Amino acid sequence: MFYREAGDFKTSYRDDSQTFPISFDRWRYYAVLIVAFGVIPFLINDYWANALLVPFLIYAIAAIGLNILTGYCGQVSLGTGGFMAVGAYACYKLMTAFPDVSILIHVLLAGGVTALVGVLFGLPSLRIKGFYLAVATLAAQFFLVWLFNKVPWFYNYSASGQISAPERTFLGHAVTGPATTASAKYLFCLAILVVLAWLARNLTRGTIGRKWMAIRDMDIAAEIIGVNPLTAKLSAFAVSSFFVGVSGALFFAVYLGAVEVGEAFGIQKSFLVLFMIIIGGLGSIFGSFAGAAFLVLLPVVLKVIGVDLLGWPTDIVAHIQLVIIGALIVMFLILEPHGLAQLWRVAKEKLRLWPFPY
Amino acid sequence: MNDMSTEGYTTADGRKIGGVLMEMKNITLRFGGVVAIKDISFDIREGEIRAIIGPNGAGKSSMLNVISGFYVPQEGEVWFRGYRRGPMRPYQVARLGIARTFQNIALFEGMSVLDNIMTGRLNHMKSGMLAQALWWGKAEREESENREQVEKIIDFLEIQNIRKTPVGRLPYGLKKRVELARALAAEPKLLLLDEPMAGMNVEEKEDMSRFILDVNDEFGTTIALIEHDMGVVMDLSDRVVVMDYGKKIGDGTPDEVRRNQDVIDAYLGVAHD
Repeated sequence: MFYREAGDFKTSYRDDSQTFPISFDRWRYYAVLIVAFGVIPFLINDYWANALLVPFLIYAIAAIGLNILTGYCGQVSLGTGGFMAVGAYACYKLMTAFPDVSILIHVLLAGGVTALVGVLFGLPSLRIKGFYLAVATLAAQFFLVWLFNKVPWFYNYSASGQISAPERTFLGHAVTGPATTASAKYLFCLAILVVLAWLARNLTRGTIGRKWMAIRDMDIAAEIIGVNPLTAKLSAFAVSSFFVGVSGALFFAVYLGAVEVGEAFGIQKSFLVLFMIIIGGLGSIFGSFAGAAFLVLLPVVLKVIGVDLLGWPTDIVAHIQLVIIGALIVMFLILEPHGLAQLWRVAKEKLRLWPFPY
Repeated sequence: MNDMSTEGYTTADGRKIGGVLMEMKNITLRFGGVVAIKDISFDIREGEIRAIIGPNGAGKSSMLNVISGFYVPQEGEVWFRGYRRGPMRPYQVARLGIARTFQNIALFEGMSVLDNIMTGRLNHMKSGMLAQALWWGKAEREESENREQVEKIIDFLEIQNIRKTPVGRLPYGLKKRVELARALAAEPKLLLLDEPMAGMNVEEKEDMSRFILDVNDEFGTTIALIEHDMGVVMDLSDRVVVMDYGKKIGDGTPDEVRRNQDVIDAYLGVAHD
């Protein structure tokens, strides 16, 4: 009964266009933030951080990034893994070349480098669309992974061909390296995610977001109202790649600590992030969170149920997981192409009228 | 129409029409061997409602596409507001102040009515990407100011109640109106309407006609339109260009065109003996 717009009159266009127009939503959002920043860091342990929370935060950044490109601007990309690798390697090179500079700046610069690479690989999108563009970005994926394997300069000529993150501190706490505590990792990623999600929300509700969506929905009509397709598409590639690059840098430096490029940033990663936004909801920031949470949570839940409760062998549970994800993708594409976010929207619409729907 | 000076003229109902806004000089457009438009010249004057009519396949839509920059004619010159326009991309044409609607609606189906109309104002919004990302200062101010303009158009076209509805859920007639709203939001100097009343019933046509006249009257927008409903064309427009097989066969006031023997032949057919 409290989920209502009635009586909540908006008196300015600013109020009317805010992210959470219903006051209950607004309070719930503040509550989530308070719990995330004020409660969870005190309860978190290594298992929760490494199995669930930190990967969720990092994948959420990547999913927002891909959602900007695919969900908002309509340009399908299968190069997410490759772009994450760019972020990771850029971060590694910066960390080792400039040890005194703050890790936060390195992570952001890694995003910047990835944005440039993204624009470069986005150039074909001016000529080709849909499946053909997907194949072009697939080429980017394989080329980038090959490049980081082949050129020793990228991994500082280390014998194993791996890169590993040296210890760096942020505000006096270690956030990379083996001495990092679970809560430091979590808070570092969370802070970056919250800021980036806020930026993404602002971009997508403003002029530039409308340009992206116009290109997505009908590029000819977009051009007739004055959208330059070149700048609109390339800006989407740049912003998207920035997000993906930051997530790659965090994935390497904060989460894994040491990576081998083909293993950590292979084609599976591209598909994983794509599945996240399909299941979560194309063209929705909330959907990026929902999809990331779902696909990070699913293997853990299945393992707890299958292995720990039912006592099945691990490999069978792993296979079941693949089947379930595949089935879900097909189901969402057929039944609800806008994903979990749309289910959530429908639920909210119903709730607004409940219990008198007519 | 020969008595018409370069200073403009006064219509039958007493509206003052200004000087030449757009002039097409000897336009020829070919697709390979097919000649879609053959050596056509006409002008559009400020404040005027100008209709382009003709049987199917006469080249009317091609003409509109030349004006809005989709097609670049092989021969001829396009003059707009006193300057010759070189070959341009459609988005550059839009920035000159030419807006249009399409024969088959070209709205952004995934966006709300409000967002669709807001896209019409893109060329009036100049804040940078960083300001938008931070939603701060100019970006926020600009959003509210442009929203105010958009709300005026929403009031004008009487679509307040569907403001936040996704366009994909709207019926055909309303979509046509939203598309007009989007074009109007750009505050164009010249508004091109490609069959604004196609597929409408009488009542919807009357509504649309009223909106077109009101737009012309209140905003002083120059309008060029293509339409098949002769009654509508003759009632609305100040001057009419008639095309047939890519050629211009008539040009003048509705009354003049109605009496033109070539036009009558083109529409009613002529006995070959």
